[in-house]
Amino acid sequence: MSLAQIREHARGRLERLGNAVTSQVWRWGFASRFLFYMVVHSGTALRRFRLTVAEIYFAGVLSLIIILVSGLFVGMVLALQGYETLQRFGASESLGVLVALSLVRELGPVVAGLLFASRAGSAITAEIGLMKATEQISAMEMMAVDPIARVVAPRFWGGVLSMPLLAALFSAMGIFGGYLVGVQLIGVDPGAFWSQMQAAVDLRNDIMNGVIKSVVFGVAVTWIAVFEGYDAVPTAEGVSRATTRTVVTSSLAILALDFVLTALMFTGGKSA
Amino acid sequence: MVQIQNVAFGYDAARPVLRDVSLSIPRGSVIGIMGQSGCGKTTLLRIIAAQYLPTAGTARVLDVPTSELDREGLYRMRRRMGMLFQFGALFTDMSVYENVAFPLREHTELPDDLIHDLVMLKLEAVGLRGAAQLMPAELSGGMARRVALARCIALDPQLILYDEPFTGLDPISFGVIVRLIRELNDSLGATSIIVTHDVQEALGVVDYVYFMAAGRVIAQGAPDAIRASEEPFVRQFVNGALEGPVAFHYPAQEYGAELELEGS
Amino acid sequence: MNRATIDLWVGIFVVLGIGALLFLAMKVGNLATFSTGETYNVHARFVNIGGLKIRAPIKSAGVVVGRVADIRFDNESYEALVSMNLDQHYQFPRDTTAKILTSGILGEQYVGLEAGGDGVMLKHGDRVRLTQSAVVLENLISQFLFSKAAETKDEKK
Repeated sequence: MSLAQIREHARGRLERLGNAVTSQVWRWGFASRFLFYMVVHSGTALRRFRLTVAEIYFAGVLSLIIILVSGLFVGMVLALQGYETLQRFGASESLGVLVALSLVRELGPVVAGLLFASRAGSAITAEIGLMKATEQISAMEMMAVDPIARVVAPRFWGGVLSMPLLAALFSAMGIFGGYLVGVQLIGVDPGAFWSQMQAAVDLRNDIMNGVIKSVVFGVAVTWIAVFEGYDAVPTAEGVSRATTRTVVTSSLAILALDFVLTALMFTGGKSA
Repeated sequence: MVQIQNVAFGYDAARPVLRDVSLSIPRGSVIGIMGQSGCGKTTLLRIIAAQYLPTAGTARVLDVPTSELDREGLYRMRRRMGMLFQFGALFTDMSVYENVAFPLREHTELPDDLIHDLVMLKLEAVGLRGAAQLMPAELSGGMARRVALARCIALDPQLILYDEPFTGLDPISFGVIVRLIRELNDSLGATSIIVTHDVQEALGVVDYVYFMAAGRVIAQGAPDAIRASEEPFVRQFVNGALEGPVAFHYPAQEYGAELELEGS
Repeated sequence: MNRATIDLWVGIFVVLGIGALLFLAMKVGNLATFSTGETYNVHARFVNIGGLKIRAPIKSAGVVVGRVADIRFDNESYEALVSMNLDQHYQFPRDTTAKILTSGILGEQYVGLEAGGDGVMLKHGDRVRLTQSAVVLENLISQFLFSKAAETKDEKK
């Protein structure tokens, strides 16, 4: 290729990159305005709480099985792996501390958030996207009903309210699984297991922070899910792409936010 | 009731869909807007429904120019209108009863038993009172469209818009819809606008027809006048002829050259 | 899926979720242990508090009887001022000693109270006069090295 051709090629690539970046930034701006509008118009979702309750069912209750089972297994694996390492230092009685802190501070909110994103988040996106594709959203607009207030906001609040409860259930199940493996299976002393855990896990620093994390993740995941659904191209392919985007973007957001929150909460915060 | 004056519109600036369309729809009539696929008739319907604003000219609906409507005004106008979408657009997570009750529940404070009576009234009008507890997935295409029609008239609208109401219906459902359009219009004292390309059947039900092609109104008149029209495009459309102003073949190179035959 | 069933399941879900939160708070965290209840405040001065932190436990005979409320620096005497909240149920004599101890060998530091024999008890706002500062590891090591060096020198003589 001649030099001129190479230059043209490079310029084309740069233009497209610039375009991609600006359109992505524009999309975030659009998503933010969407969130703001939805929150402002949440009156219907809160006044007719029945709608939100139905969404708590679809997002929260239907995720129970996967959350509880996953929590149990994660706790059990933590106990197995943890015991392996701890007993080398003669610290096997701290197993309870290991399991509890790992779950309450990190694994509970993060893994529950990831599972929620892939199960409930994708379902919300698909549902809203399909409603858009089959003109149900347009029909609602034509009947002078604001679809964002009637369809989107209840799903958003349903997800936000479900997420902390699911994270807590995940952590609780995990600790129970850790107890099953650690105490019943391996034979760690139950008294030491629970008492060391109680001494090490702080209500404010650990549990409260874990709850805050799960609320933040809930907002992020549900916001992404409803936005992608509402913004989806109204075809079968468009809906499937939007669903994929929801899962990918939510997962990345959870992990990035987890880093930021952990840095804020668990380091350099203790006063001496 | 509806006045469109010199309206132009395009989804993006480069390709105008409507160029200088004017029509006037008097109260109480059933009007047909016909034309080939892509001539802009559905877009015109959307402009009447104020989903889009014209880039030029004015659209006056229910005596208010759509460009002057704010959010409140828009919703108030839409409460006096009903729109039937091409495939019904029923809410799939609700039963037939819930679908028809939807506008009543959203816009009125009526008690449940009154809503029940009204829903049954509307369903009776379209002949589907017995199907009230079915889900949309269990309905045939024709039934779904009739339920959508019942939902459309739940608030007794003054203006009813039909977007391709006859698409994909069997002859019986077809006849049912056609009769319902006329009956509902007259009993409600409403005005109906039908966008369609089912010529013969539509000509049997409308009072007046507007013919569109390439974003313009190229012919208009009462059904008899249209049937007898000498305008070449209208003739081709009405008779379903293969050749006329609208060519059968999409523009392409010489056939012989395509097949790379020698000596062509 | 009618309304009643949905409501039932959502109710169960919410109850389970709150139950899990309570379980975490009570059985897992330290909510059950001393955090509320009537306390009275005493203070003490230390030459060195080592790694003592606010909310560190105050133990007597190994039992938690209070928590460190506040730690300040006195710019005039160049000592640390530690403010402590003690459980109302436990009374200590005026000549109680407050020592800064370490739990385990390298664990967290806490305040240990050793009761004296005085008949009069500490009241709210009183000062604990007898104190023992924290052991600073570096001082300990340099002391050890110094004594080791002195021993060797003695042996050489």
